[in-house]
Amino acid sequence: MTVLGAAWHWLADPAHWQGTDGIGYRLLQHLVLTVVCLVVSCVIALPVALVLGHLGRGGALAVNISNVGRAVPTFAVLVLLLLTPIGTWGEGPTVVALVLFAVPPLLTNAYVGMREVDRSVVRAARGMGMTGRQMLFRVELPLALPLVLNGVRIAAVQLVATATLAALAGGGGLGRIITAGFNLASTPQVVAGAVLVAGFALLVEGVFEAVERLAPSRTGSSR
Amino acid sequence: MTAPPDDCLARNEWICGEYLRTRRHLLLDAVLQHLQLTAVSVLIGLAVALPLALLARRWGLAAGPVLAVTTILYTIPSLAMFSLLLPLYGLSGALVVAGLVLYSLTLLVRNILAGLRGVPEETRQAARGMGYGPVRLLLTVELPLALPAAMAGLRIATVSAVSLVTVGAIVGFGGLGNLIYAGMNTWFKAQVLTASVLCVLIAVAADLLLLGVQRLLTPWAGARQG
Repeated sequence: MTVLGAAWHWLADPAHWQGTDGIGYRLLQHLVLTVVCLVVSCVIALPVALVLGHLGRGGALAVNISNVGRAVPTFAVLVLLLLTPIGTWGEGPTVVALVLFAVPPLLTNAYVGMREVDRSVVRAARGMGMTGRQMLFRVELPLALPLVLNGVRIAAVQLVATATLAALAGGGGLGRIITAGFNLASTPQVVAGAVLVAGFALLVEGVFEAVERLAPSRTGSSR
Repeated sequence: MTAPPDDCLARNEWICGEYLRTRRHLLLDAVLQHLQLTAVSVLIGLAVALPLALLARRWGLAAGPVLAVTTILYTIPSLAMFSLLLPLYGLSGALVVAGLVLYSLTLLVRNILAGLRGVPEETRQAARGMGYGPVRLLLTVELPLALPAAMAGLRIATVSAVSLVTVGAIVGFGGLGNLIYAGMNTWFKAQVLTASVLCVLIAVAADLLLLGVQRLLTPWAGARQG
């Protein structure tokens, strides 16, 4: 367990927490990247998925995009983007790749959630004279919320993981501590970085879990 | 001094036939390493997942912890997973395989368990009534009926493994990922694009192959299963 001890020493050293290569800055970078990309992906994917789900069209498309997304290596996309003109925009390649990978789970989960709303409830709402917009926002969306949120959670965890890979392609974030450790041939630093990254990912998963638990019982029971 | 050749390699174009021709062996080696790492990890994953799933179904109490642990492992980013295993395996192919096995476990355990749980109770009772013992029941009734769900998990695990192998480039065992990593550092566009496309092709081919195997193994499921 000497490696873990050395990793702990590395983490405990205050010098490693300061400056633009420090843990503090990398954590902040990782958090900002994740949040910005999650918001952008939600803004792109959710309206499309909700409208398609409401209309009941494009289901095959939503599911297929998700399957194709899994076959494309994140790392390859990052490097490809880095070598295109986008590569000159600083964090541009990272943001574009992250959004590309967060959109499919959001799209698929939100679409499936909308389609799994009990059709008799939708018919009842129509019978009550609700307009399409009212049905979407007051009946379908509230009932689909657990699955929509599940998609957001999958996307968030995927973003944290992909933001780590950005370091391989020269981007920022916590992964940088790991890649720097590899370059210095410092196993303690590599392990310390890995512990930080894994902890961050588990924390995000935990936060979403807690939010889902605390959500109103109407949405909490049918998870 | 001779003038440098004016071909697509010298011009550093994305698509380059000259690259394919001159680096054929390099690409072939990378593809082989990629296939090897993927296949070994998924097979070990399957060998570990099956007993875990059977255990989780046999003792209901074990299901919670087994699913929780595999899900937590799945949450850990791949770069961190490979790095955490570094002290145990060093810079080796085994390190990449170990990481990938841990990832495939979640998908496989979940799907095998779902498949086993989906076997109708009446079917089980009918088999018992015909005098089937527990082992025969498992091998000839339950496992075949659980196969479609298990195969769905296997397909996802395989496709994900193909794409995750590339991250193994950080320790030098990333199959096509090695070429992508090297290509990035030298700004070699043809190499990055060719290796990336090959990765996707391997993933698609593996998926179709498994789909074919599934059709052969479960002829009763007909064409509905996709």
